[in-house]
Amino acid sequence: MSTNSSTNVAHEEEHGHEHVHDLRDDYGSKLGMWLFLFTELLLFGGLFLLYMAYRFEYFPEFQLSAKSLKIWMGGLNTIILLTSSLTMVLSIIALQRRKIKASIYWLITTISFAFGFLVVKYFEWSDKFSHGIFPGGEELALKTQGEKIFYGLYFSMTGLHGLHVIIGMIILTFILVFIVKGKVSPDRFVLLENGGLYWHLVDLIWIFLFPLFYLLH
Amino acid sequence: MSHTDTNDGKIAHAHDPRYGINIMIWITLLSLTVITIAVAGIDLGNYTLLVAMFIAAIKSAFVINYFMHIKFEDLLFKLFLVGVILVLLVVFVLTGFDVFLR
Amino acid sequence: MSDSTVSTNGDYVNFYQYKGKHTGILGWLLSVDHKRIGLLYLGSMVTFFLVGMTLGFFMRLELWNPGQDIMGPQTYNALFTLHGIIMIFLVIIPGIPAGFGNFFLPIQIGAEDVSFPRLNLFSWYLYTIGGLLAVASLFLSGGPIDTGWTFYAPYSLRTGTEVIMPLMAAFILGFSSILTGVNFVTTVHRLRAPGMTFFKLPLFIWALYSTAWIQIIGTPIIGITILLVVVERLFGVGLFDPAMGGDPILFQHLFWIYSHPAVYIMILPAMGVVSEIIPTFARKTIFGYGAIAVSSIAIAFVGTLVWGHHMFTSGMSDESRWVYSFLTFIVALPSGVKIFNWVATMYKGSIKAETPFLYVMAFIFLFSIGGLTGLVLGSLATDVHLHDTYFVVAHFHYVMFGGTIFIFFAALHYWFPKMFGKMYNTKIANIALAIMVVGFNMLYFTFFILGYLGMPRRYYDYLPEFQGMHQFATVGSWVMIAGILLMFINLFLGLKNGKKSGNNPWGGMTLEWTVPSPPPLLNFKKIPTVKYGPYEYEHYDEVTNNVN
Repeated sequence: MSTNSSTNVAHEEEHGHEHVHDLRDDYGSKLGMWLFLFTELLLFGGLFLLYMAYRFEYFPEFQLSAKSLKIWMGGLNTIILLTSSLTMVLSIIALQRRKIKASIYWLITTISFAFGFLVVKYFEWSDKFSHGIFPGGEELALKTQGEKIFYGLYFSMTGLHGLHVIIGMIILTFILVFIVKGKVSPDRFVLLENGGLYWHLVDLIWIFLFPLFYLLH
Repeated sequence: MSHTDTNDGKIAHAHDPRYGINIMIWITLLSLTVITIAVAGIDLGNYTLLVAMFIAAIKSAFVINYFMHIKFEDLLFKLFLVGVILVLLVVFVLTGFDVFLR
Repeated sequence: MSDSTVSTNGDYVNFYQYKGKHTGILGWLLSVDHKRIGLLYLGSMVTFFLVGMTLGFFMRLELWNPGQDIMGPQTYNALFTLHGIIMIFLVIIPGIPAGFGNFFLPIQIGAEDVSFPRLNLFSWYLYTIGGLLAVASLFLSGGPIDTGWTFYAPYSLRTGTEVIMPLMAAFILGFSSILTGVNFVTTVHRLRAPGMTFFKLPLFIWALYSTAWIQIIGTPIIGITILLVVVERLFGVGLFDPAMGGDPILFQHLFWIYSHPAVYIMILPAMGVVSEIIPTFARKTIFGYGAIAVSSIAIAFVGTLVWGHHMFTSGMSDESRWVYSFLTFIVALPSGVKIFNWVATMYKGSIKAETPFLYVMAFIFLFSIGGLTGLVLGSLATDVHLHDTYFVVAHFHYVMFGGTIFIFFAALHYWFPKMFGKMYNTKIANIALAIMVVGFNMLYFTFFILGYLGMPRRYYDYLPEFQGMHQFATVGSWVMIAGILLMFINLFLGLKNGKKSGNNPWGGMTLEWTVPSPPPLLNFKKIPTVKYGPYEYEHYDEVTNNVN
């Protein structure tokens, strides 16, 4: 650990304003971001815990229901997210190499992939909805308890994940604006890195969601 | 990459950021996705979940180490990550004591 | 003690006098100064505490006679629910870390502020919004929530009262708590003064650091649980609803995975304050510094694993019952380490029995009773008898009220001169404490007996043979409230007309006592270099003369 040193030395006093700490601490920012990612991990952890318990209780029903999910759609979304993770990394590297235009280009690609993910998700969900399979839906009401729980978990977990995709898009869009304005620059890119960390976490969750829901045969 | 000099809090990216390695990682991740779909078609009985989770764990290890850069971060970050994952696992095991044995 | 090492007039601008971009009330509401934010928190908490206390007062009044006295059963249900929500989520959980932690963590580690000052202000806003939502939910059409602060499913899914709004309030409060945790861990790692290694940190910081980790690891779990109940009520997904195949016991697991560690979020910072106060008033290095520091981490870790002891009678598996019971007993080890080390610190010390020290003595007495009755509840056989009785209520109030809130009061009296630069009337403060302790024991010790005899908790009515004890407890509540009010009035008078306190009225050695009272905006003229541990009294003169 290299944390015994202090960062207080570099502080500049600003008289006349509300004191703003212009202490730049990229290491600290990244540490804070990781701590926040842990909380996201545990947020989903609670849902995975429920999944474990219910899968144990209702395994045959889980297998049965999982057949109704289309592997190619889940697979496509996996590829989309993995690729968007790559373009995210490329955007960071480009900025570090002072290629601002390339960085912007890769970041726009990432956001577009995120949007693509949501489009696929939309078709998947609306397909289910049109068959009356949604919480409170007439078709789902006729199914067994285990199947109801499967779809309940499916909608809660992919729903929460989808929400994170949307939040990720918003964060990355803000960072995009910052790059264009020069607030995030080749000399000051920790914000882009932190946005990237968030985006990779979204990818990470999906890596587990995909086999747990789509590959149950 | 060294963080020994963090007095001003700015991280010196000593290692050269490269496109190539990350594209390799991406190809590996895609291949693992194909493998996990292919394996799911085979009936492995009780091991299905285990195999699927094992492959997912490998994939996330790649994402965390390279895309999320943990491999090049301070020991502190690694310790924290390992600690949090361990706590999560212990919570799963303790809940399992109830759920699996009820 | 010398109370005028540095004159507190003129030669520096303290954080009250400082004029930033905004002045007046905006100078507070938009300030990113950790000291102002800390005081904002303290002000909000004392307000909410008084509200929660009033609710408790009316609950006790209702129990004067069996049957209806001043309110109907539905109102009573709403009162104990709100009393719980306000006291736990708005007072005890954020109490010491967000209030005193914000004020003193940066000063004690020799920093100018926390790592993310704007985020810090943002968490206070989240806290306030959460608090207002919780209060606003009282006036919505469904009527105030009646589930108890535990929101157990399936009742929380079915009740017609307003559940979603207070749940969202708890969610937002949790978010605020997480952000404070992230901020504190980062600050402790990044902003320690030169020379301040981890094992030279004051023990209050160790406690806050452990607490921050529980906040980071535990709070998201309650977050998702709350969201699921909200989703359940809105869409009927069925995850906790037995009618649809859901398992309510899993709700209890998720709830307690957070809410048990949460009691350590509540008590660990209090233990940290005790570890500050005792060496200061015994004028002696704390006994077993390392053991106390590490035991905070140990409590945080083991405390994360024992949530199942709230569910012994829920119908979970036998194996898990003894596993959780066993783990519960293990928590007693690090807790015992702390108690014995505190007592050993006093041995052969030159004790000055000033007000904060007396509060700590009251804490050790009350907390020991609370802790030992915890073992009674942690054993499977006795828990089955005592589960859901007043015994549990008594145990909880001894550890949380006798533990955390008494130390909250102790911290108020200990740091009052540092925060405000003025001194309260110590004689009246001691008398208030004595009244409080008498009232407290009249009220809650009676609960132990009532519970042992079979009085169930949360009941609006009771059998006639319990009336005598209920009335005794209610009288106790009046005595206790009188003591609390006297204490607050005394502090308020101290704030208005108290004498100047000087920079170090108690003879403390941690860094906050080396800066002027009240501290200047950025705390230090020059960031200090730390050479000694926080309580090495053989170096007292060198440390305290090195005045900023």
